[in-house]
Amino acid sequence: MEHIRTPKVENVRLVDRVSSKKAVLGTLYLTATHVIFVENVPDARKETWILHSQISTIEKQATTATGCPLLIRCKNFQIIQLIIPQERDCHDVYISLTRLARPVKYEELYCFSFNPKLDKEEREQGWMLIDLSEEYKRMGLPNNYWQLSDVNRDYKVCDSYPTELYVPKSATAHIIVGSSKFRSRRRFPALSYYYKDNHASICRSSQPLSGFSARCLEDEQMLQAIRKANPGSDFIYVVDTRPKLNAMANRAAGKGYENEDNYSNIKFQFIGIENIHVMRNSLQKMLEVCELKSPSMSDFLWGLENSGWLRHIKAIMDAGIFIAKAVSEEGASVLVHCSDGWDRTAQVCSVASLLLDPHYRTLKGFMVLIEKDWISFGHKFNHRYGNLDGDPKEISPVIDQFIECVWQLMEQFPCAFEFNERFLIHIQHHIYSCQFGNFLCNSQKERRELKIQERTYSLWAHLWKNRADYLNPLFRADHSQNQGCLHLPVAPCNSMYKFWSGMYNRFEKGMQPRQSVTDYLMAVKEESQQLEEELEALEERLEKIQKVQLNHITVKSNKQSEPSKHSGFSTSDNSTANTPQDYSGNMKSFPSRSPSQGDEDSALILTQDNLKSSDPDLSVNSDQESGVEDLSCRSPSGGERAPSEDSGKDRDSDEAVFLTA
Amino acid sequence: MEFSELIRTGRAQAELLPGPEEAPLRGTLCVTGHHLLLSPGPPSTPDLWLLLLRSVDSIEKRVAGDSGTITLRCKDLRVLQLDIEGVEATLDIARSIEALSSLESVITSFPFFYRPKGLRLGDAWHFHPPERYYKRVARETNAWRLSEVNQDFSLCSSYPRAVIVPRAVDDDALAQCARFRQGGRFPVLCYHHAPSGTVLLRSSQPLTGPQKRRCAEDEDLLRAVLTGARPGAQGFIVDTRSSQAAKQARMTGGGTEAKAAYPGWKRLHRPLERGRALQESFVRLVEACGDTEQSMDRWLSRLEGCRWLAHVKEALSTACLAAQGMEREGACILVHGAEGTDSTLLVTSLTQLILDPLSRTITGFQELVEREWIQAGHPFQLRCAHSAFSHTRPKHEAPTFLLFLDCVWQLGRQFPLSLEFGEGLLLALFEHAYASPFGTFLCNSEKERCLCEVRTRTHSLWSGLNQPKEQRKLRNPLYVPNPLAIWPSVEPQSLRLWQGLFLRWTRPPEPSEVAWEKVWQIVTEREKTGDSAHSFCLSSQPKQ
Repeated sequence: MEHIRTPKVENVRLVDRVSSKKAVLGTLYLTATHVIFVENVPDARKETWILHSQISTIEKQATTATGCPLLIRCKNFQIIQLIIPQERDCHDVYISLTRLARPVKYEELYCFSFNPKLDKEEREQGWMLIDLSEEYKRMGLPNNYWQLSDVNRDYKVCDSYPTELYVPKSATAHIIVGSSKFRSRRRFPALSYYYKDNHASICRSSQPLSGFSARCLEDEQMLQAIRKANPGSDFIYVVDTRPKLNAMANRAAGKGYENEDNYSNIKFQFIGIENIHVMRNSLQKMLEVCELKSPSMSDFLWGLENSGWLRHIKAIMDAGIFIAKAVSEEGASVLVHCSDGWDRTAQVCSVASLLLDPHYRTLKGFMVLIEKDWISFGHKFNHRYGNLDGDPKEISPVIDQFIECVWQLMEQFPCAFEFNERFLIHIQHHIYSCQFGNFLCNSQKERRELKIQERTYSLWAHLWKNRADYLNPLFRADHSQNQGCLHLPVAPCNSMYKFWSGMYNRFEKGMQPRQSVTDYLMAVKEESQQLEEELEALEERLEKIQKVQLNHITVKSNKQSEPSKHSGFSTSDNSTANTPQDYSGNMKSFPSRSPSQGDEDSALILTQDNLKSSDPDLSVNSDQESGVEDLSCRSPSGGERAPSEDSGKDRDSDEAVFLTA
Repeated sequence: MEFSELIRTGRAQAELLPGPEEAPLRGTLCVTGHHLLLSPGPPSTPDLWLLLLRSVDSIEKRVAGDSGTITLRCKDLRVLQLDIEGVEATLDIARSIEALSSLESVITSFPFFYRPKGLRLGDAWHFHPPERYYKRVARETNAWRLSEVNQDFSLCSSYPRAVIVPRAVDDDALAQCARFRQGGRFPVLCYHHAPSGTVLLRSSQPLTGPQKRRCAEDEDLLRAVLTGARPGAQGFIVDTRSSQAAKQARMTGGGTEAKAAYPGWKRLHRPLERGRALQESFVRLVEACGDTEQSMDRWLSRLEGCRWLAHVKEALSTACLAAQGMEREGACILVHGAEGTDSTLLVTSLTQLILDPLSRTITGFQELVEREWIQAGHPFQLRCAHSAFSHTRPKHEAPTFLLFLDCVWQLGRQFPLSLEFGEGLLLALFEHAYASPFGTFLCNSEKERCLCEVRTRTHSLWSGLNQPKEQRKLRNPLYVPNPLAIWPSVEPQSLRLWQGLFLRWTRPPEPSEVAWEKVWQIVTEREKTGDSAHSFCLSSQPKQ
C-alpha cells in the first residue's frame, strides 16, 4: 500500500475508445491489487476493474484543456483511456501505477492475497486435480521401453526440469548426466509424449553444445536410446525449430545443432520459427493495427501482414503438423529442440500432442497439456509474461501463440474440442493475472521453494468448477473425425489462418458477433435436459396417481404450467440491444456518430455489473473472479436493458449530431 | 436451331477428377443439349449427372499422346478435370461444350425444358407480386399508392408493371418524372419503416445535364415524400457515386439533384465500386483463393489487393448509414447511382435486411430478392453471363448480387441467431443466379421476362427451394426471431472472407458439415422433448 500516492481521484473521465468524444465521468480508486473506475451515474454505478498485474504500459499524454490523459494498455489487450482533471493527480496515479504494475517480490502478487473462501482441504484438492503421473500412466508408461528416472531428484542435473521425467530404459544415469553436460542449461532429451499405438514418441531437449566440431558420446547414446525405444522405426527425426541461420550463428558460441554424421540414424530438420524478440515485435505491430481508429480494409490487411503475426502462427502450426505426421504416419520418434528448449519447443510439442491425442482436446486434457509441456518443463512464465519487474527483452507472447494455434484449430474443426473459445481466453487472462499460483515463477524448483501450493489456489480447480461455461456444445467425441489424429488438409491453405478478433479485440464488444452460438446451444441443451427430467418426474407421478386411482386430483394446472415455462425461453433471447456504429468513416459530410454507442460499449471494459456491493475495495472477493471476465458474453441475450428504452433515450442527442451534417 | 448441330461428338470414354481428396470416376462421357453426363461402368447404375453446360465458365483443353484433358471451370467456382481417351474426341467434346455453354438465346435455355417432378408450372409466380408488398405498406400508412402507370413498360422498361409511389402524385406527373430520370427510373418506394414512419426510395440519376435542368414534377414527388412521412421531415439522398463522378455525369446528360431544387433533402456521396472494377476484384479474389502455392507472407497482401473485402465494408457501411438515417434520425432516404440497377439495389436491399425483421425470414428474404433485385430490374443476364474464370473480355459482367450475398453472410455471422436462413440459401442463390434450371434469374427485366413468357414456361426457383426436402439445407436451426434492427460492425476486424463460398471447393467440407449436423441434432432434440412434454400434458389431463 505504501506505493499508492493517492487512493482516490474524483471527476475522472473514462474515454470511449470507439468514439473519442464520448466519455463517462466517475471516480478512480487505487487499491493494493486493482485500479477501479466507478461511474457517477447513480443507478448503474458501473465499475471497471483492472488488476495491476494486467497492466502492460502506462502512458501519460500531453495535457489538454480538459485535463491530463492517461493511457493504460493491458496484457489481456484491454485499453483504457482516462482523463484526470489535475496534472498533479495524474502524475501521482501514473507514478503509483508504474510501481504497482511492476512488483519486485513474488509476495506482492495478487495470488498471495486472493482468497476465494475455500478451506485448506479444498485448496489441496484443487492442486491435485491435474496429476502428471496419472497422465504418464494414461499414455501407457512406464513400459518395456520407458521408465521414470530419478536422476533429477532435487534438481541436481537440471534446475529448470521437473523431478519426474521419463527416459528410455536403456539410458543409464551415466548417459543422461553425460548428455546433459552437452546440452544448453543441461536440458537433456526427455519424453514429452508417447504414442501408444505405434511406440513412437516426442522427446524434447535444448540445443547441443556442438560448436563447430564438438561431440559427446553420451549424447549420441542418448539419441540412440530414444531410437531403440521405438522398435518400429530405424531412425529418429531431430527437429530444430529455429531458422537455420540462427542455429548456425549459435555454433560460433559453442552451441548449435546435431551433426548427422555423428549421430547414427537421425534425420535432421530445421523448421524456421523465429525467436522471442521477433515474436514480441510482431505482436506489438499487430496490436498497433488493432488500435487504429476506423482503419480502412487496406490499412488493416496491410498492417496485419506487415506484423507477420499470422505467418508466425502458421510456422508453429506447420512444425506441429510435421511432428504429428512423423509420429502417426511414419511411426518415427522425434526429438525437438530450439535453443534452450523452453519456448518454441514447448509450443511445437504441445501443438503436436494436441493434434495426435484427442484427450488433449478435452477440458481436463488441455489443462494437463499445459501443465506438462509448459509448467513442468520450465517455461519461464515469470520472465515471458513479466509478472515481476524484469528485463523487458525477456517478455514475449510465447504461450499466447500456442493458445492462438488451438483457436485456429478450433475454427477448422468445430466439433473436435470439448472446450470453447472462452476457455482459451480465460486461460490467457490468468496467465497474466497472477490471481492463481499455477503460472508463477520460472520453474518447478522455484515454485516448490516458494511453497506455491500451500499459499495460493489452483486455476485448474477454478476452471473445472465452472466448466459448464467452457463447454463446446458442438463437441462430438464419438465422431470418427475426432478420434485419433486430427487430419489437416494436405495442401497448406493460408486462407485458413484468420485474425482472432475475439482475443485481440475482445474488449471491443461491438466488433464481436453480437449473438453467441455457443451460449445459445448450451441453453437449448440445458432446456432439453430439464424438460426430459421433468417429463420423467411427471410420468412417475402420474403412475402413482393412477395406482391410487384418484381421478379427481387436480394436478393438471400444475403440470401444464411447467413445460410452458420453458417455451418462453426462445423468445426471451432476442434482446440484442444493439446500436449503430460510426458508419460514416472519415466523411465530413455525414458525421453521424451514434452517441448511444457508448452506453453499451462500456461493456468493452471489464465490468463488474454483478457485484451488488458498490464498495470499491472488494479487491479480495471470490465473486470478483467471475466478474473479471466477459459478463456480457455469458448470457445468450447479451443485452442488459430493453432496447426501446435505449433508442428512446438517445434519439435527441443523435439527431443533434445528425443535423450538424 | 438444333443443339445436335453443335454437338460434334456425343460420347467418349473419360475419367473425372472431381477435386482434391476425392476419388476419380471412370465412365462414358456424354454431351447433351444442356448437360454433360458421366455414366459410370455397369449399365445398372444410374447416370451420374455432371453439370449444366450453362454453368461452365471456361474450358481448357490439353492433348498429349492419344488422350487429352479438359479442365472445366464452373460459374459456381468449382473446377473439374476430365481425362478423355482420344485426341479427336477431346477436341470435339471441348468444342461442343464451348459452343453449347455460350448460347445466348433465352428461350432455348434449359429452364424452358426443365420439368421436375412434384412442381407445377407457374405455381410460384404468385408468391411475390408487387401488390403483395403494397398491401403491407397500405396497412401501415395511407401516404402511398400502387400505380400501374408502367403497365405496358412504356414509362420504364426496367421497372415492373406496378410500383409504389406517393399518393399525392398522379400518373401524369410520374410520366414527367420518368422523362427526367435515366432509363425512366423515377423514385419509387422500396421500404416503409413503420416504427419511424420513414421510407426508403430508389431511382436512377436525374438527367440534369450540363444546363442543370430541373423537373418540377420530380421535385414535387420528393416533396410529397417528406410531407407524407411527417411534417418537417428530413430527407437524405444517398448517391452511390463520388461527388466528382456525379458532377462528371452531367457532361453525358446525367447528374445529381441540385440542393436548391429539393428543399429538405441533403445529398451524401458514398462511392461504391461497380461494373468492371468489381468484376476484376472478384476475378482476382478467386484466383488468390485457388492458389495453394503462395506463402503465408503474401496471402494477406493479395487479399488486400483484391479489394473484395473493402467492397463488402463499403456496401455494408452505406446500407448502415441509410438504415441509421431512417431508424435513428427519422429521415427519408433516396438511394441512387447512375442507372440505379446495381449498387442502388445493393444498398436498398441491405438496408431492409438491417431494419426489417420480416426480411430476415426465409420467405421474407426470398421476397426481398424478388422485389429488390429481380423485379427491380437488376440485369442478371448481363451481370451474371460469366463468373470469375472466363477468359472472354468482360462486357457487362459484375458480381453485384454476389457482393450482396456476401454482405448478408457477414450479417449472419455477426448475428448468428437472427436470420431464418443459413449459408445454404445464399450459396444456392449464388449458383442459380449464374446458371440455373429454374427461370427466376433469367433475363434482365420484367419486360424481357414477359416477352419470353418466362413465368408460364419455366419453373420458379422459389417453388424449387420451398420443397420440404430442401429445407434442412437452407434453414438456420439457430433462428430466433429478433424484432430489432441488427447493426453490424463494419470494422475490418469484424469482416471475414466468406470461406464457405470462395473456398468451397478447395477446403475439406467434412468438419463444417459435422458441426452443422450437430447443431441440428441439439435443436431437434429440444423440439422433440418439448413436444413429448406437451403431448404428455394433454393426454394426462384428468377426465372430467
